[in-house]
Amino acid sequence: MVNNMIDVKGFLKGGGFIQPIWVFVIVITVFFSFMSDYFLSVGNLTNILVQTSTIGLIALGMTYVMINGNIDLSVGAILGLAASLSVGLQDYGLAVAVIAALASGLIIGAINGLIVWKTGVNAFIVTLGAMIGVRGLIFVYTEEQSFYATNFAFSDFGAATIGPFPLLAIIFLVCALVMHLVLKKTGHGRNTFAVGGNAEAALDAGIRIGRHMTINFIIVGFFAALAGVLLATQMGAATPNLGRDYELWTITAVVLGGTKLTGGYGSITGTLGGVLAIGILRNGMNMMQVPAFYVLVILGVILISVLIIDQKLNVHASKGVSI
Amino acid sequence: MKTSASSRHFADHAGSVAPVLSLIDITKKFPGVVALNKVSFDVRPGEVHALLGENGAGKSTLMKVLAGKHQPNGGKIILEGEEKSFENPKQAKKSGIVLIHQEQSLVPEMSVAENIYLGSLPLKWGNRVDWKKLHADSTEILQRLKCSFTSRDMVSHLSIAKKQMVEIARALVFTPKVVVFDEPTASLTDHEKPVLYEIIKTLQEQGVGIVYISHRMDEIFHLSQRITVLRDGEYNGTVNTVETNEDEVTKLMIGRSLELDYASKPHDFKENMLELRHLTVDGVFEDVSFNVRKGEIVGMYGLVGAGRSEVAETVFGLRRPSAGEILLEGRAQTILSSHEAVEKGIALVPEDRKDQGLILGMNCRDNMTLSALGSVSSMGFMKTSAEKVVHDKYQSAMKIKTPSWRQKVGNLSGGNQQKIVIGKWLHTHPKLLILDEPTRGIDVGSKAEIHALIKELARSGYAVLVISSEMPEVLGVSNRIIAMYDGRITAEFDGDAVSEDELVQAITGQVTKAPRAAAVTTDDAAAP
Amino acid sequence: MATAEQGNNRLMFGGVSKSGLLSFLSAQGILIFFLLSMVVFSFFSEQFLSQSNIMTVVRQASIIGIIAVGVTVVIIGGNLDLSVGSMLSFATVLVVDLHDKVGPTTAIILMFALTLLVGAINGFLVGFMRLNSLIVTLAMLSAIQGGILIYSGGQNVDIANQDSTWFSVFGRGYVAGIAVPVVIFAVLAIIVQIVMSYTSYGRRIFAVGGNPVAAVYSGIRKNWCVFSTYLISAFCVACAALVLGSRVMGSQNNVGQGYELLVLAGIILGGTSLLGGAGSIWKTVIGVLILGFIQNGLLLMGYPYYTQWLVTWVIIILAVWLDLANKRKRLLTTHS
Repeated sequence: MVNNMIDVKGFLKGGGFIQPIWVFVIVITVFFSFMSDYFLSVGNLTNILVQTSTIGLIALGMTYVMINGNIDLSVGAILGLAASLSVGLQDYGLAVAVIAALASGLIIGAINGLIVWKTGVNAFIVTLGAMIGVRGLIFVYTEEQSFYATNFAFSDFGAATIGPFPLLAIIFLVCALVMHLVLKKTGHGRNTFAVGGNAEAALDAGIRIGRHMTINFIIVGFFAALAGVLLATQMGAATPNLGRDYELWTITAVVLGGTKLTGGYGSITGTLGGVLAIGILRNGMNMMQVPAFYVLVILGVILISVLIIDQKLNVHASKGVSI
Repeated sequence: MKTSASSRHFADHAGSVAPVLSLIDITKKFPGVVALNKVSFDVRPGEVHALLGENGAGKSTLMKVLAGKHQPNGGKIILEGEEKSFENPKQAKKSGIVLIHQEQSLVPEMSVAENIYLGSLPLKWGNRVDWKKLHADSTEILQRLKCSFTSRDMVSHLSIAKKQMVEIARALVFTPKVVVFDEPTASLTDHEKPVLYEIIKTLQEQGVGIVYISHRMDEIFHLSQRITVLRDGEYNGTVNTVETNEDEVTKLMIGRSLELDYASKPHDFKENMLELRHLTVDGVFEDVSFNVRKGEIVGMYGLVGAGRSEVAETVFGLRRPSAGEILLEGRAQTILSSHEAVEKGIALVPEDRKDQGLILGMNCRDNMTLSALGSVSSMGFMKTSAEKVVHDKYQSAMKIKTPSWRQKVGNLSGGNQQKIVIGKWLHTHPKLLILDEPTRGIDVGSKAEIHALIKELARSGYAVLVISSEMPEVLGVSNRIIAMYDGRITAEFDGDAVSEDELVQAITGQVTKAPRAAAVTTDDAAAP
Repeated sequence: MATAEQGNNRLMFGGVSKSGLLSFLSAQGILIFFLLSMVVFSFFSEQFLSQSNIMTVVRQASIIGIIAVGVTVVIIGGNLDLSVGSMLSFATVLVVDLHDKVGPTTAIILMFALTLLVGAINGFLVGFMRLNSLIVTLAMLSAIQGGILIYSGGQNVDIANQDSTWFSVFGRGYVAGIAVPVVIFAVLAIIVQIVMSYTSYGRRIFAVGGNPVAAVYSGIRKNWCVFSTYLISAFCVACAALVLGSRVMGSQNNVGQGYELLVLAGIILGGTSLLGGAGSIWKTVIGVLILGFIQNGLLLMGYPYYTQWLVTWVIIILAVWLDLANKRKRLLTTHS
């Protein structure tokens, strides 16, 4: 009986099979394709990819940070800062603006990582501070103004396509592939798992915990900034409040994808499923003309359901007393 | 604390091989504490050198200094004639000193191979892991250890014993010169121990020096060539194993010889307090029936994983029985939570006092009153003076050594922590006291005190169930012994008329049916 | 065994007398920081220490403060509540919208009942279903926000006759010269502090937060304890909504957005550990007031309001770092 449970769990966890979030993605895809003929069209599917690419890119980095056993709440603010910089600095040339925007993400990521590493303060607190502080930076820089892109090359980029495929979707998928391979195949990826799974053991084994942690915060900072720049190209503008609540959406997507908050477990494929699930829900319900705020409720319910299912499977598989 | 020179025992060094490793006059101070005071210790190649001492004597600190986890404040580490200083565990490992941890230091969601090479994964260009080499090398090590699992298995799917094997495999990555085993058998069953002994023997043959830390005398006398004893952070002598006996070693450890008090067991049994009828929790244990009478101590003996703690947890309301009955004082009960269990007069001193028994960040007083807050409060408000009275009562009754009730229990020694847990439960005035491994990891002195206390409690009318995997403990305190194996009761014995062989057979599955005839059955409730 | 005890003896009897003042200072670091910052601000602005300014600051801080009192209890119990911002929006929209429909008394009762219901859902999921509180309350944050929008259809709500309703007393009234929001904040803080420090309930919450497993093995009904902390949190949010709704006499759908972060910032600043099992309401009150005075001081010095966010960033990290360094020192001292 106990063995059966483990098998079910192994199956659902995707031991060579399919991750549960992907089952969910397939189910809602089938559902919406019945509800709307347009849903499965290439145009709409690529549309979903573009819409999800913003949260998707951040989620790629967030997956690393969470597998590492940390969390980053400052990604929404970083996204906002990078978006504002990439538009606001265009007088100095497009390249300067974009590079400065991406650099801002790297720098704030590095600051977060270094503080967590050197002070030992909980990442939740450090990045909560950064979330508030970086938003302050945006306001100081923009003086509460929205910026509009004057350089058309910038806003054209957001709408560009390669063949039938939108450039943003391709960027997202390529990034996802690279991040997947790095996590699975490289020393850094494996050590990220080790640190999240058992920090004490990793330390004893000589793994430089702080370095890997900081690198992961830099990675997520970079992806948040990249998402910010790309979002600004889509909108042709940047507002000082851009990216508010994105940290919540991102964490939701990553958790939906099966990555554990406690660290040591997770995958990019799962995260991709989580991001798509959110994107498809939003898109599909929009198509069925369900008001946007129902999506909020449904997502909340789904997130909690995922937790309950995950917990039930785990409780049955282990013999321990559940406290 | 100074030991007189006459009580020291020095092993005969003449004609012996040069040690592979020497620790000379190691001193380690923590702010306010001298954990190690000029301790010297050496290991020769191919030798098993046991390190003994009560909890807090400094064994673990010494080994952490050796393995680079702590840096000493004074003294020298000499490895193969060369003075070394290790800044971190990895350096020590590279030099050939490996510490095999008592705690599990594995990463659960990674493969066996990745765990073996944790921190030193073979890499190709671009930071890529060289999987081929990784698995080839790991498989080679696993074969040397005759392991039944592969390098690709996920560690989280392995049993505790197999995980221990992975830890040992990890020690063999670098050619070790010295391997330190810190309580390696704590989580192993009796079946698995011989495999460990075999590995130690193989290492010995390869000329590796072994440091073996254990509380178990039988293992130490079975394995070691020399025994070094630490006491209160000081070196207290080294003896050759063949020239000594358990009594002498115990004397070295605690400064006196310890006589197990087999007499003075309680003998005045009254009516049934607890009776289990065919109790079953699916997949955990099956058809468990026994009784505990007032004034009686019943020992539950079995290996770790046999389902003993789980039976206790079920009685305590932490697990739902899927079949069978729990009767208290003859009445069937449904106990749905630990809270109900406490209200019904059940107390459980749990197996793991740090995780289950105590709130380490709370002070002694608050821990002591935690299970009976109603008794020290009125209208929901705490009566601090009453609380202090409770604390002082049990502190003096149980000789708990703490500077003040304000002391955080996390700062106390294991023995004193355990006494606080017991005190906490006595204050609930239970009718049934269940103690799960009451003396695990506790120094010999406190152990004897706790055993005496258990008997005293039974004499004063408590029904006591003692769960233990230590045979001397079970034999020493129990009126009756229930043997468990693989989730079933295999036998029930009279505590004064059972041989060690019978017990071992019963808990290792060599007896398949419960010989109820030989046991004191539940019908004999009214004993003479 | 003996070494550990001896070490502690030395610590107990030697350490205290030698560095009593120092350890007192470092333990009260946040209070000292608070006083120092007051002094600095008073140099730059004469108004800063005026009675009316201080009262204004405390009044403005009281909404965050009232919520923070409840969230502190949740945190001491070992969990988090990120849903308080959404709950504040929810409760405020509800009480304001119902005010004109069913009258103030019924509106308030309904608002408290429904807010407590939401708290009970949080408490049920975290306490009885034993789900991760961070994710549960994150999910609730989004679900409640959606719920408000469904309820209000995205419209802002307000009270028609603002001058003729006694409802205004909660946000605008005074009792003996003290603003009612401040009174509510103070009364809640004092009551909850007393409950946490002097009752068996408080002791149980500390135990559950300190070591949930050991608490269960001690016969404490952990699930109920956790559940109840979310009710306290929801009750505090409802009180805050009363003040907010009454002060503004209207509400946007997202009026509470971001409050969860400011509340957490105040609690962290006060020095309550997010790990559970430790902390106090006093600390939280001080943390919230520091945030308020920094905001006010910077405004008086002529900086735009958002500069306080930058300053908050820096002091949160400094405060927690110092606190941690302090604890680590103590930990080392007692290591055996």
